Amino acid sequence: MIQKAIDNVLARGDRAFVPYIMAGDGGLETLKSTILRLQQIGVTAIEVGIPFTDPVADGPTIELAGQRALQKGTTLKSTLATLASFADEITVPLVAMTYLNPILAYGAEKFAYDAKQAGIHGVIIPDMPLEERNIIYSALQKEQVSLIQLVSLTSPVERIAQLTAASEGFIYAVTVNGITGARSDFANELEEHFAKLKAASPLPVLAGFGISTPEHVKKFASFSDGVIVGSKIVDSLANGDWTTIDALVAASKKIR
Amino acid sequence: MTTVRGRFGEYGGQFVPETLMAPLLELEQAYEEAKNDSEFLAQLHYYLQQYVGRETPLYFAERLTAKCGGAKIYLKREDLNHTGAHKINNAIGQALLAKRMGKKKIVAETGAGQHGVATATACALLDLECIVYMGAEDVRRQALNVFRMELLGTKVIAVEKGSATLKDAVNEALRHWVTHVNDTHYILGSALGPHPFPTIVRDFQRIIGDETRTQILEQEGCLPNTVIACIGGGSNAIGMFYPFVDDQDVQLIGVEAAGNGLTTGKHAAAIYGAQKGVLHGAYMYLLQDENGFIQEAHSISAGLDYPGVGPEHCYLNDIGRAIYESVTDEEALEGVKLLAETEGILPALESAHAIYYAAQLAKTMSPDETIVVCLSGRGDKDVHTLIDAIGGKNA
Repeated sequence: MIQKAIDNVLARGDRAFVPYIMAGDGGLETLKSTILRLQQIGVTAIEVGIPFTDPVADGPTIELAGQRALQKGTTLKSTLATLASFADEITVPLVAMTYLNPILAYGAEKFAYDAKQAGIHGVIIPDMPLEERNIIYSALQKEQVSLIQLVSLTSPVERIAQLTAASEGFIYAVTVNGITGARSDFANELEEHFAKLKAASPLPVLAGFGISTPEHVKKFASFSDGVIVGSKIVDSLANGDWTTIDALVAASKKIR
Repeated sequence: MTTVRGRFGEYGGQFVPETLMAPLLELEQAYEEAKNDSEFLAQLHYYLQQYVGRETPLYFAERLTAKCGGAKIYLKREDLNHTGAHKINNAIGQALLAKRMGKKKIVAETGAGQHGVATATACALLDLECIVYMGAEDVRRQALNVFRMELLGTKVIAVEKGSATLKDAVNEALRHWVTHVNDTHYILGSALGPHPFPTIVRDFQRIIGDETRTQILEQEGCLPNTVIACIGGGSNAIGMFYPFVDDQDVQLIGVEAAGNGLTTGKHAAAIYGAQKGVLHGAYMYLLQDENGFIQEAHSISAGLDYPGVGPEHCYLNDIGRAIYESVTDEEALEGVKLLAETEGILPALESAHAIYYAAQLAKTMSPDETIVVCLSGRGDKDVHTLIDAIGGKNA
């Protein structure tokens, strides 16, 4: 379903736009209205972040949002239950972004089952590389929940081939060496990197980490299949600033 | 795609962001080459001997033994190393490895500050640029070590996040490494983290056990009955235990920090807690709640204040080769006083956990039996904590 949603967007000449939101930032009671509004303004899929005590792949914006969510008592369990309560109203695929330990504590099979019931079609686990995926992979497969692989700038060519072959739904192409969060600069060789990824990948290639302005969105849209925007969306939602979010989403439309 | 690389039974692994996978492979390859390179080993040996001051004595603690009235207690004097703890063994080894890999910058985490000081020292010696992340709580508890690191030319960054202790310092050091991976090596200080770190740290620390084994055979003519070491992440313990693992008659005991007491929930005894999970790159025993959120560890000693325990210890526990006990803050303080008064040695609060346990155990053993305790560090760094904890009561 994720890949199909992206393919539909690409067929229209647009690029995929996947916002990242932190579940429970502002309280889980805001999750429904946020998701419904995002799908209304034309996002392709929504990445739902699960807060964690030790988010080593995240920069300060998402880490702080996670701490706010934790302070409100948000857990993987309460997030899945909340999503399930309005799953019939969700029209875009959801992708859960969670560190591995909360899944292990929840139980991999129970997680996969409950995630599916909650409208989650894919998972991104930033601290679980391909080599370690067997710890939960069969559980995900059983429920047909896609395991989305990240590909980094440091991934060597042979590894890129393994990652793109193993990924499901899309390829999450990390655009920087580093953690999540807004940046002004990206490396110059990015276009080349994405050309390599797209050539290797049977799946759509989405760019993420550091993308924070409509200009960034347009830039990455020109050589990828779409973008994931995290910290800027999290900030904007915390401030109730939908104008910024509308502008970011609009920048992904009508690329060709 | 399955591999069993870097596993100790089910523990260990490489649970890290994709960006770190290539650097970890590079590190593994560089280390495999280095450890078989006689030039590298000669260089390491040179610094350990001429700079660190190895070998360290295996000292028969006669008055402590008499006071306990049981087994003979020997102390492996890692406190006599340059910089005052075993941490320098690994810091020098990894700094030499970083140089060999062409990395000019070093990042490290520190809890008590002993690993930070050791890394700052190795970096000054080998002309490497060094940044150390340290929990803000530990910066306060270990002000002396912060100043020592700064004198050595290292930049110390206080981490205010989370519990502001060792776990949070590791988070920030990992983030720093991910962001500067092209020119930076991460000198992890304990037998923790993603493969190959637990193996590298063990190999650089096994000199503790190797020397001990030779020394006790010289002094006693036989192997010890029991070997005891404190456990935070477990680097001094694994270094001490590893050369004895195949000696089935030698009992290996790791001592975790029981903090305020095991029943209070305020402790750092991860093996006692018996919950498994993933943190900082490894599958291991881990203090966590039912949601998989990592819990804060509690110990009077900053160096044991970590919610996990190295994967090889988890494995040694499960196969029954080592056993893991615990000692509270109060008992560790008694251990400090006991060693200070009987032997004139002020142990680090970390090591005092092992001392206290050894003293209790010795009483139950006979005088022809022997215990070796790893005295992993000296206590000068803890004087402020000791003034707060015991100074008032004695005044």
